[in-house]
Amino acid sequence: MSFALSERRVALVGANGSGKSTVLRCLNALVTPTAGRVLLHLPDVDGSPGKPVDPARSPAAARSVVGFVFTDPDAQVVMPTPAEDVALSLRRLRLPRAERDARVRAALAHVGLVDRADVPVHDLSSGQRQLLAIAAVLATGPRLLVLDEPTTLLDRRNTRLVRRTVDEVQVPVVLATHDLELAASCDRVLVVEDGRVVADGAPGPTLTAYRDLMDAT
Amino acid sequence: MRRPSLVPPHRDGTTWLHRAGPAPKLLGVAVAALLVVLLRTTGPLGGTALVPGALVLGLALVGHVHVGTPATVVLGMLRRLAVPLLVLAGYQGLSRGPVQGLEVLLDLSGLVLLAGLVTVTTPMDRMLDTVARAVSPLRRVPGLREHLHPDRVALTFALALRSVDVLWDVALQARDAARARGRGRDVRALVTPTVIRAVAHARATGDALAARGLVD
Repeated sequence: MSFALSERRVALVGANGSGKSTVLRCLNALVTPTAGRVLLHLPDVDGSPGKPVDPARSPAAARSVVGFVFTDPDAQVVMPTPAEDVALSLRRLRLPRAERDARVRAALAHVGLVDRADVPVHDLSSGQRQLLAIAAVLATGPRLLVLDEPTTLLDRRNTRLVRRTVDEVQVPVVLATHDLELAASCDRVLVVEDGRVVADGAPGPTLTAYRDLMDAT
Repeated sequence: MRRPSLVPPHRDGTTWLHRAGPAPKLLGVAVAALLVVLLRTTGPLGGTALVPGALVLGLALVGHVHVGTPATVVLGMLRRLAVPLLVLAGYQGLSRGPVQGLEVLLDLSGLVLLAGLVTVTTPMDRMLDTVARAVSPLRRVPGLREHLHPDRVALTFALALRSVDVLWDVALQARDAARARGRGRDVRALVTPTVIRAVAHARATGDALAARGLVD
C-alpha cells in the first residue's frame, strides 16, 4: 500500500485482520515494515516544518512525536491511579515535580477526569480508563495521535465520550475503527482489505464502498 | 462496586507516614519481613512462635487506623489474600501443627498489610524515584553500566506491584470461564488460560510501554 496522509482526521476501516493495526503500529515503530518505508513529516511545536522521521530507523524519535492509544486501556494503564499513570508518561520528559503535577492535572481536566485523579484505576469505568489512556498520551504533547480501535470495547455512552475527546484534540489524528459513526466524523477514510487500500476518500462514498464490501463477502 | 486490591493505591493524607520518604518505609517492611523469618519457630533464632507475626499485624493495623485507610480497603487486601493464605496455613497446620499454621497466617497477613501501608501512604511517582535512586549506584559495577537502567528497574518494580492484582483478575476470569464450561474442578482448565492470558497481557503491556516511549 502507498499513501500520504495530510488531513487533520484520518480513519482506517476494514475487517479484522485486514492490516489496519499493522499500518498504525508502523507509525511509531511497534512494527517495522519488512519492505517499503514510513516517513513522518510533522510540524514542530512552533509550527515550523520538522525534520522527517523514519520510525524504523529512529523508533525513539518517532515515539516522542507519535502518541499511541490501544484498544484495551488495561494494557496501557499501568499505574494504580489516573494521576500516577499520567505522571508516568511525563517521567521521560524529566520535568520539575511542580510542572509535572500541573501537567497531570491539566491532562486529566482535558478528558474530564480531574475529579477522579486519585481513585484506583480499577474503579474507573471502561470509558474512563480509555479516556485516561488518551490523557496519558496527550500529556506528553505528541504531534500526531494514533488510536487503534479506541471504542471497540466501549458501550454507546462511553463511545460518545471518547469520540468527543478525539474531536477536541488539536493535533492530527489517525485512527483505526469499526465504529462507522467515528469514521464518518473524520476528513478522510481508507478502507483496508488483505493488506491493501481498496477505497480512499471522503467518508460518505468510502464508507458506502466499505459497507458494500463487507456485505458482499 | 469497589473491587478489593492486594496492593491498594496511594491516598492523600497529612500524617507523618504520608510525609515520610519511601526509602525508610520500604526499609521498614524489609526489616519486618526479615525479623519475622528469623524469629519463626523454625527460623535460625527460633522459638518465639506467634509473637513476631502478631506484632507486625498489630503494627500494620494501627498504622492503617492512624493514616485513615478505610476498613473496606484493609478488608479487601485480606479478602484477596484469603484463599492462598488459608491453603498455606492449612497445609502448615496439618503437616507441622496448628501453631505453625497460625504463625503463617499471622506472618503473611501482617506483612501484606504492612506493605499496603507503604503503598497507601506513598505516591507511586515518589516510589519510582526512590527505587531508581537506590539502584543507580549499581551502575558503577563494571559490566552493569550499559545494561542497568535505573528508570527501567523502577518501572519494573511498579509493574510488579500492579501485576499482583492484574494476575489475580486474570485467574478469576479463567475460573469463571472454566465454571461456565462445567469444568470448575479441572486444574488445567484454570491454569492454562491463566498462563496464556497472563503472557498475552505482559506482551500487550510491553507494547504499550514501548509506544509510550518508556523503554527507549
